[in-house]
Amino acid sequence: MKLDSHVPEGPIADKWDNHKFDVKLVNPANKRKFHVLVVGSGLAGASAAATLGELGYQVTMLTFHDSPRRAHSIAAQGGINAAKNYRNDGDSVQRLFYDTVKGGDFRAREANVYRLAQVSVNIIDQCVAQGVPFAREYGGLLDNRSFGGAQVSRTFYARGQTGQQLLLGAYQALARQVHLGNVDLHTRTEMLDLVVKDGRACGVVARHLITGQVKSFAGHAVVLATGGYGNVFYLSTNAMASNVTAAWRAHKRGALMANPCFTQIHPTCIPASDDFQSKLTLMSESLRNDGRIWVPESGTDTRSPDQIPESERDYYLERRYPTFGNLVPRDVASRASKREVDEGRGVGPIKNGVYLDFGEAINRLGRHTMEERYDNLFQMYERITGDDPYKVPMRIYPAVHYTMGGLWVDYNLMSNVAGLYVLGEANFSDHGANRLGASALMQGLADGYFVLPATINDYLAPLLGSPAVGTDDPAFKAAESNVADQTNRMLSVKGTKSVDHFHRELGKIMWNDCGMARSAETLDNALSAIPALRDEFWTDVKILGDGESFNQSLEKAGRVADFLEFGELLVRDARDREESCGGHFRVEHQTEDGEALRDDDNFAYAAAWEWKGVGEQPEVHKEPLTFDNVHLAQRSYK
Amino acid sequence: MDLTLRVWRQAGPDSPGRFETYAMPGVSEDMSFLELFDVLNEQLLADNEEPVAFDHDCREGICGSCAMMIDGRAHGPEKGTATCQLHLRKLKNGSVITVEPWRSAGFPIIKDLAVDRSAFDRIVESGGFITAPTGAARDANEILVPKEASDAAMDAAACIGCGACVAACPNSAAQLFTAAKYSHLSLLPQGQPERYTRVVAMVEEMEKYFGSCTNHGECEQACPKEISIDFIAMLNRDFVKAQFKNTRLSGQRA
Amino acid sequence: MTATQANTGQHRQPVHPGTPPAHPVLRFWRSAVGKKWIMAVTGIMLLGFVFAHMVGNLKIYLGAGPLNTYAEWLRNLGEPALPRTVLLWIMRIGLIGAFFLHIVSAAQLTRMNQRARPSKYQSPRDYAAASFASRTMRWTGVIVGLYLIFHLMDLTWGNANPRYVRGDTYENVIHSFKRVPVAIVYILANIALAIHIFHGAWSMFQSLGLNNPKWNRARRTFAMGFATLIGVVNISFPLMVVTGVVK
Repeated sequence: MKLDSHVPEGPIADKWDNHKFDVKLVNPANKRKFHVLVVGSGLAGASAAATLGELGYQVTMLTFHDSPRRAHSIAAQGGINAAKNYRNDGDSVQRLFYDTVKGGDFRAREANVYRLAQVSVNIIDQCVAQGVPFAREYGGLLDNRSFGGAQVSRTFYARGQTGQQLLLGAYQALARQVHLGNVDLHTRTEMLDLVVKDGRACGVVARHLITGQVKSFAGHAVVLATGGYGNVFYLSTNAMASNVTAAWRAHKRGALMANPCFTQIHPTCIPASDDFQSKLTLMSESLRNDGRIWVPESGTDTRSPDQIPESERDYYLERRYPTFGNLVPRDVASRASKREVDEGRGVGPIKNGVYLDFGEAINRLGRHTMEERYDNLFQMYERITGDDPYKVPMRIYPAVHYTMGGLWVDYNLMSNVAGLYVLGEANFSDHGANRLGASALMQGLADGYFVLPATINDYLAPLLGSPAVGTDDPAFKAAESNVADQTNRMLSVKGTKSVDHFHRELGKIMWNDCGMARSAETLDNALSAIPALRDEFWTDVKILGDGESFNQSLEKAGRVADFLEFGELLVRDARDREESCGGHFRVEHQTEDGEALRDDDNFAYAAAWEWKGVGEQPEVHKEPLTFDNVHLAQRSYK
Repeated sequence: MDLTLRVWRQAGPDSPGRFETYAMPGVSEDMSFLELFDVLNEQLLADNEEPVAFDHDCREGICGSCAMMIDGRAHGPEKGTATCQLHLRKLKNGSVITVEPWRSAGFPIIKDLAVDRSAFDRIVESGGFITAPTGAARDANEILVPKEASDAAMDAAACIGCGACVAACPNSAAQLFTAAKYSHLSLLPQGQPERYTRVVAMVEEMEKYFGSCTNHGECEQACPKEISIDFIAMLNRDFVKAQFKNTRLSGQRA
Repeated sequence: MTATQANTGQHRQPVHPGTPPAHPVLRFWRSAVGKKWIMAVTGIMLLGFVFAHMVGNLKIYLGAGPLNTYAEWLRNLGEPALPRTVLLWIMRIGLIGAFFLHIVSAAQLTRMNQRARPSKYQSPRDYAAASFASRTMRWTGVIVGLYLIFHLMDLTWGNANPRYVRGDTYENVIHSFKRVPVAIVYILANIALAIHIFHGAWSMFQSLGLNNPKWNRARRTFAMGFATLIGVVNISFPLMVVTGVVK
């Protein structure tokens, strides 16, 4: 299989404009004749469905949530980047492009990233027009802040709820289309299979989560905007229901999965308190602007933090990275914390965190200023832990947060399966090996509002006159029975262990062997442990109830079953990539100072994996990445 | 700590329901209330009893999925907190906690503690948007929004759509939800052109499913985002204005 | 298939079906927000009446002459532009209309609210804001309404007052309140009235949309003050008669 990224010719700044001119169009009267299925209602899915509806396509939206507004985009706190240069601080499309490619440790496709930076400005315009209440200056203009170590202030925000506000904007646009009858909304409907006929994606099969009814949906094109797979680690900042199922089932129908080992670990999360812990909560990265990270010098120190004198504290980030100090990028900060905890200097009841101390900032700025900046975060922290960060340092630890890998797509966001488009976190395209703060929201909305609506016509135009494959086609019937079979198979195991048990066990393997630091040894270990756990799942999982009603254990079982297959691919990808880059750190490949060591000669490619069957060795296809506009360089934050 | 849960169990929308009592000994006070239910469900599974169905997702108080009536309060005793963010240390050791689903004709029970809140989507679909098709927007900074207006809009927009306002309201009214959605859009300059059609559409849709507001103020107390009932007053005022205003000849004056 | 039907396996039928009429007045009347507005406006009229009534009745403390003079003045109000009692009747009809709309709205909203929660909570509620006054509006309203009928029979029409003499307001009041059970009925009814007014006088601002966060506390104080004033003064009448202070 030859991977063709379909990146247009010409200088990078002109590619997108040229491409929009070159693609085939569907005339307005003909758009009604095309039916597009959109799966997922987060930023990417909702914005895509709304925009396609506005354009005149017939859209069907499926979401497993009870309302499109619940998608996990809603939880993003910090903000959204755009190269507006409203601060007059030297920002530009070129700079946002450069920062994103470099921040992604040179493992993203240049042309996609450039386009992302270009449309970023339109996103802000669009969102403001929709009524997103971004923070304002007193003069009524938009406010900005700097974020994630960027050297310019290009982040737009709505308090600590930017994701919520952007999602509500897209959701409201979607609601309008639902009201107008352009979008047919199906909630609590989970996609469980992709239907491919003659090499083209022509529909999906979904299960209604309340009635258990398995139903087919046909369309001329299928758009997956189903988010990331961070929950393969069990504990993550993702929502409980976030999963890889839609993407994975598409993968099993032929779509390639690219760079699954690129996972982002966020350094400032509240550490797990015990085994019952169901998820981790992120504390905004902005806290590192005023907090100092430290651990006691001695691992046996049991004093409360305020009793430990300055001389016996190790501010290890400030010590190791004097220039950037506590503001080093996410991956660097995360690995440093892990090192301290691994070496026995962790703090807290189960010694699994490090201190993030605001004492110095409170003395310097006063409590009032700190309240203005961080009060909602401090309150959230106190609610969860019972500790008051105004008095005692926060305890933090890294947690899985975002996944850069995903289904492989070309410049048009179409996967290698014709007619199957993948948007947002579900695709692999724009962030390379590490995502910069405030860029996830940007990508989701860029894909949904601007990229897909301009590229999907290129695929649809030649299909004018050919009706969508009917849901009575054998391809649909086969997929329906495939879905029903899996449900029955899971229900008939009648074993002894809960679905959560398997998920938790998988999470332990993934986190310990393929987490912040990976080695050939740990990865090989995982490669033998995961299939064993998967076999155990299929012989010993216990699910009560039936498939014809609201059965949350059954829903979850299907998702965990997919994680048990997907996790193996993630580990295999990590094993294959014999270099360190961004969120992927192989201990064998590091500089003398313990920093990530890339191997551009051998690994400057996207690894796109082809499914060959459960337990079979997947086949890797490589899309070479070239860097004509940004010079390959080693990142340094000393 | 030791707790006893009395949980409403109901197999389906039309099935009869009842309280079941479950002893929860030796649970950690660092647990969240939903993690308590995770533990309960593991226990139930071990005893071959069907787990309790309840909606939940982000578990950080923003998605609005979780919805439990805890000891007669929507989302439980802690102010400004969704069920998922309620931690057991806020409860008394040894107490019996009664948990019910939201009850409203507009929120039919699906199973156990899970209810169908799609009536909220209908309200938004009826007019809770600004018509701004993608691509037509002018530069973001061309629209000046006074900071106070933007802050007030954000206060209203913080609504997570959990339905606690309806659950807590003695009349099962959805005024706070509707007012929050309405005010968010109608406080901003971008929302002015559709202001009066929006208010009529949203109020009429709301009244298809829910009760009427008689100003108990219970919604404000239950709201995990502490949204003020001042927005309800704004909704009421605009609704009355909309009915009698000569919008055809008001020109640019909203 | 519409989106609404497709939405879930659940029923998504409106709880309160029907389509709004086209005429704005009917449409306004049909909506609960409109009815609450009407309740607030009629409530203000009724509050005005209750206040004026109370002020007028205070003349009982000045003796029979001033009270009867006041009563006569009311009948003559509007002369010579209008014939005697015409303005009084206009006001009475206005009041009757206000009562009617207030009560019909309340009854319809109550029915709407009952339909909106057909199955009640099965465990006790722990109210955080809803006051005794707000939750008992329909009962205090009913009590005040029933009492009003008795009050009219007692002091306006005279058929509940054996010693009623048309025109002699002062003596009618004294004779009525001298009956201890009647005095008790008056006192209880006015407690109910005060409670009703306490929530109503606060709530009407909300229903009319006349709110400003700067005045939210003042609204509470106003409601409390107004309700207390009406309650205390109105209760003082039977109390003073029963205890013999006013003869």
